[in-house]
Amino acid sequence: MRTKFSSRILAASSVLALGLTATACGGAKTGDSATGESCVDTSGDTVKIGFLNSLSGTMAISETTVFKSLSMAAEEINADGGVLGKKLEIVSEDGQSEPTVFAEKATKLIQDDCVAAVFGGWTSSSRKAMLPVFEGNDALLFYPVQYEGLESSHNIFYTGATTNQQIIPALDFLKQEKKIESIFLVGSDYVFPRTANKIIKQYAAANGIEVLGEEYQPLGSTDFGTVVDKVKAAGADAVFNTLNGDSNVAFFKEYKGKGLTASAMPVLSVSIAEEEVPGVGVGNLEGQYTAWNYYQTIDSPANKEFVTAFKAANGAKAVTSDPMEAAYTSLYLWKGMVEKADSFAVEDVIDAADGVTYDAPEGTVEVDGENHHIAKTALIGQVNSEGLIDTVWSSDKPIEPDPYLKSYDWWKN
Amino acid sequence: MSMKKLSPYVGWLLLAVALLVLAPAVLSDFRLGLLAKYCCYAIAAVGIGLAWGRGGMLVLGQGLYFGIGAYAMAMHLKLADAGPGGVPDFMALYGDATVPGWWEPLRSGAFAVVVILVLPALVAGLLGLAVFKRRIKGAYFAILSQALAAAFAILLVGQVKTTGGANGLNNFQGFFGYALFDPANKRMLYFIAAGILLVSILAMAWLYRSRFGELLVAVRDGEERVRFLGTDPANVKLAAYVIAAVLASIGGALFVPIAGIVSPDDVGVVASIGLLAGVALGGRASLLGPAVGALLVGYAETSLSEAFPGSWSYFQGALFVLVILLLPGGLAQLLNARRGNSVSSRFLRGVPRGKQAQAELPRSASEAAPEEAAAR
Amino acid sequence: MDALLAQVFTGVSAGAVLLLIALGLTLTFGQMGVINMAHGEFIMAGAYTAYVVSLVVASTELSLLIALPAGFVIGGLLGLALEASVLRWMYARPLDTLLVTYGVGLVLQQVARDVFGAPAKEVPAPGWLDGSIPILGYDFPLTRLFIIVLAGLCVAALLAVLRFTALGRQIRATVGNRDLAETIGISTRRTDRATFFIGSGLAGVAGVALTLLGSTGPNLGTSYIVQAFLVVVVGGIGHLKGTIVAALGIGLLQAFFAHALTGSVAQVIVFLAIVAFLQVRPQGILSVRTRSLA
Repeated sequence: MRTKFSSRILAASSVLALGLTATACGGAKTGDSATGESCVDTSGDTVKIGFLNSLSGTMAISETTVFKSLSMAAEEINADGGVLGKKLEIVSEDGQSEPTVFAEKATKLIQDDCVAAVFGGWTSSSRKAMLPVFEGNDALLFYPVQYEGLESSHNIFYTGATTNQQIIPALDFLKQEKKIESIFLVGSDYVFPRTANKIIKQYAAANGIEVLGEEYQPLGSTDFGTVVDKVKAAGADAVFNTLNGDSNVAFFKEYKGKGLTASAMPVLSVSIAEEEVPGVGVGNLEGQYTAWNYYQTIDSPANKEFVTAFKAANGAKAVTSDPMEAAYTSLYLWKGMVEKADSFAVEDVIDAADGVTYDAPEGTVEVDGENHHIAKTALIGQVNSEGLIDTVWSSDKPIEPDPYLKSYDWWKN
Repeated sequence: MSMKKLSPYVGWLLLAVALLVLAPAVLSDFRLGLLAKYCCYAIAAVGIGLAWGRGGMLVLGQGLYFGIGAYAMAMHLKLADAGPGGVPDFMALYGDATVPGWWEPLRSGAFAVVVILVLPALVAGLLGLAVFKRRIKGAYFAILSQALAAAFAILLVGQVKTTGGANGLNNFQGFFGYALFDPANKRMLYFIAAGILLVSILAMAWLYRSRFGELLVAVRDGEERVRFLGTDPANVKLAAYVIAAVLASIGGALFVPIAGIVSPDDVGVVASIGLLAGVALGGRASLLGPAVGALLVGYAETSLSEAFPGSWSYFQGALFVLVILLLPGGLAQLLNARRGNSVSSRFLRGVPRGKQAQAELPRSASEAAPEEAAAR
Repeated sequence: MDALLAQVFTGVSAGAVLLLIALGLTLTFGQMGVINMAHGEFIMAGAYTAYVVSLVVASTELSLLIALPAGFVIGGLLGLALEASVLRWMYARPLDTLLVTYGVGLVLQQVARDVFGAPAKEVPAPGWLDGSIPILGYDFPLTRLFIIVLAGLCVAALLAVLRFTALGRQIRATVGNRDLAETIGISTRRTDRATFFIGSGLAGVAGVALTLLGSTGPNLGTSYIVQAFLVVVVGGIGHLKGTIVAALGIGLLQAFFAHALTGSVAQVIVFLAIVAFLQVRPQGILSVRTRSLA
């Protein structure tokens, strides 16, 4: 019995080996150039676009709202006659808060659904995971969240802020308005906070601000006893907070519990928007600062329309926030690019991108064809007693995107 | 053909035909790529079948070994992309643009392969030696192995400069000289993964019939009896655990060029338990069950999450509950039932609670009265 | 000295949190052998109970006090439902309960996401827990102090139930020798259910307490479950005293390493330390001498 079986193994293995060698020949070697072929179908009276947001997992907290505002933009555009006369057909996929899934679903949207463009992503890791997919398939991604900069892809449009539109203005505010001389850095342990803090430290060194400490907690950590002890002991003039998600709740509860206040030691956060405020608790956040490019309280006709429409679709209690607005804007910007190019083809759209503008709820934004970011006005806000954020300082005019911080001579990567 | 005649080897042949002939003929490049990914999980699942199904060790932390293989491969690919003496792109971005010393040896492809095969064996060997010789088993072992996977994932996330942190490693251009953008090369990767899966199942068939395989089942069903018969059960379990670790590592290594990415999410607690889902569904103690189950679960996850975004959790949860509760032998149990065999092993049927002192429960739990315990 | 004091306080309060989340597990895992991975989701259910109570009860001063027993009942009922529908069929296969309950946990998480929405909810803390009191020059947040007291009360209550009530005697008898307990007329089925109710209820209480420290969201449980099991294992399965020592020990260890290094590294070191510790004492901190060969 056993000998008979061994011979079977032998036979099977040789069949396998043959098959393997047969397929192994003929493939391209490294160094050859890629050839992405688009399968987008624009012959009918609809055109497919993809939404890729985490609807489950840890990031669903934030990304679900982005999905809602994207859906709202698509409905508006369709009600208005679509893009180039074609209605938008949405293919939605769940990124499940995992980079690997984002890469897989992005491939699926491009190769299997043949969408004209994909909108979504939130974490740095989701964007980094999708980047090679979009570059390799020569497809389009619109990424709606502020991020750590130092990136510019031919195939990605970044409609959230890069560092010189959010973090650097925030530091300018702290230095000029709050006259701080020292700062403490608190962040979640991943790429965005670490890169942001690298920039902050160089800014601080060039501007005579002392960095009294730099603390990282694992993503999702809710144990901030030690960190807040250290913050308190250091006694800095302000805290720069790059914590993400749930950690903010634990951090601010601990902060308040240990008797630290917004007036004595203000915290400036770059990842807390209107939708996160209720979760942290208005009482724990009131008076603290945030840095974004959009707040629900912006007083403009475009924003009033946006807020009203969003509340009508999602209930009176729904709030609007910067990433939602940037996602909403991204769909309109793509529409503008397509209409300018008079084509859905990726290369045509990219060629037409430069100078496309849109009267967004945050104000008029303009696409930079060079680095694929958009010019945005920086706004420093303060959390008020209703849980909304009031603008207390503004860069007054849109700041040109500079993802590699080339125009800052103190910056050395 | 009646089910009675369907021996495991016929099943293996059917699987081979399905994977090597049918799938490449009918699936698009994208779907074939997904199947290749499921094959990587299935390779790890085959190892879990050996350790859990045959050996009774609930290996909750196989993500650790999957990750060792995946990261070793990913590091090699990043270094190969960077070229001789080059620095991987993300290190220039997040770190100080120097390659750490412990990365350097992985520039050699041969060394990377050695790491993928030997490192998990060493880690599993050391851990297993300590654990099994101390007669740690059952729930203790499961929770320990889970904690290790959790620690590994946290460690990876914390080292942004050298492991890419939560981003993981991705954007690979080539695989041992072959360009990864080329669909022909992706097909090659698929055939490699499917081939290794089929070979590993054959290897299991041989192991299960060997004296070692019989001893392993004996240890699972009556560790003390094996000890009395003069064989140290620890050695038997150790061997099975090491083999399972190496298979997980191979699966992880192949996963990297196929998926194009590895991140801490792929190696942590959730990923580790996810690997068990397919094994449970297919039938942990059967030969083909773990592999077929892993392929099915992979397929189900993709198609259900595409059809109902955001609701995959419901299906995965229901799968665990229904399969483990109603079908402890997995799909293989259904086949067996049609062949007139009931579940034979008390490992799958369970042990009445009164007799558990000799079986699964840790001794202190089954024997210590709570008040005694509390009073101590 | 001040820094050391701060670490001790932080460690003790982290230990109290661990104790609270692990206490229910010492019953369900330690005494019954069920590896309940859904324990984390019972904690989550407790937190959401606190949220719902805060919506219903206008007074934030009172809502926490109402939420604590409510959380106990909700957690307990969930546990009872799990026991009656699934686990009762699985006592013969304790190791398999791990995967079944993991599946239940996944479903509960998604239910929470669908019912309450993905964003975190705020549970306002009562005014009498605002601020801190100075102890030896260290400002101790009242919320943390409350959790330490609550953990202590739960331990005392559990001990009292086990030691002085008829139910406690029945639980002890059933765990000690199931067959003999049946023989003297104890309904072991009923005892199982009661044990599971209490254990799961304690998870609900822990969930209510955790709203004072962190956020209330669908993933609340997952961040605690691995640590909770480690505490029970280190303490020695089934040992209440061991669990207390283990929780405080792990909390202190974590605080010291987090102070000296970073939070991430501290977690890794603590995990590895636990694995190493169990090599030395596989039965945990406290162990029972036994003549069993298994």
